[in-house]
Amino acid sequence: MANTQSMCSSFLSQLMSATHNFSSANVARSATTADTFKAALYVTTSGTTTTTCMCASVTAYATTVNGVNEVSGTNYNAGGVVVTNATNPTSVNTSLTAGVGYWTPSASIVYTNVTLSTSFDTMLMYNSSQSNAAVAVFTFGAQTVTAGTFTLTMPSNASTTALVRLQTT
Amino acid sequence: MAIITTTKGDMDDSLLEYKTGNIDNEDEHTTWDEYYLDGELVHRSVHVTLKKTPFTDFTTALMG
Repeated sequence: MANTQSMCSSFLSQLMSATHNFSSANVARSATTADTFKAALYVTTSGTTTTTCMCASVTAYATTVNGVNEVSGTNYNAGGVVVTNATNPTSVNTSLTAGVGYWTPSASIVYTNVTLSTSFDTMLMYNSSQSNAAVAVFTFGAQTVTAGTFTLTMPSNASTTALVRLQTT
Repeated sequence: MAIITTTKGDMDDSLLEYKTGNIDNEDEHTTWDEYYLDGELVHRSVHVTLKKTPFTDFTTALMG
């Protein structure tokens, strides 16, 4: 299948083992600093299975994941860019029995003055503090960039729009 | 007058042909700016705003 937007399945079980820390106020670890999360771009693919696409089966960042290559070009560094994280995760109750935990980067993700000639349509967010473990795959219409800037603007950090949302029902 | 970064180096935008476009659907709002010199693409920037993001729903089993 083509690159497909999804929360990475490995991320779900890693939440239960405190692999990822989006918060500077985390009490489950001795360190009180948030992990470093990064955003890497991947080329468009027409793969036909879960092992040939950027999708829920991705477990970690690499320059080639499931046969899909990270972009390369002028001023793009392998691994992508650091995601700005100045806001801790938060949660709200949506009913007596349900709630939403959510988190959004606190700034746009920007690749400045790059030339990316091969069409790309995917951003992988991953945890570079924890063996590059995958968090989520985000897709958009295929693009190229020529001596320009690629900007991913974040949605509002709210329970229904945040970039990373985990809900109970 | 504005200076544009291009494959030929920084150039005055008055020397270039400008084109723009956009995509707006349920998944994204995307705009792009292109500059051409004698028909050759020398600058293209893209701005994507994601509208729909991955969403994970946890459920719990009832006990008993």
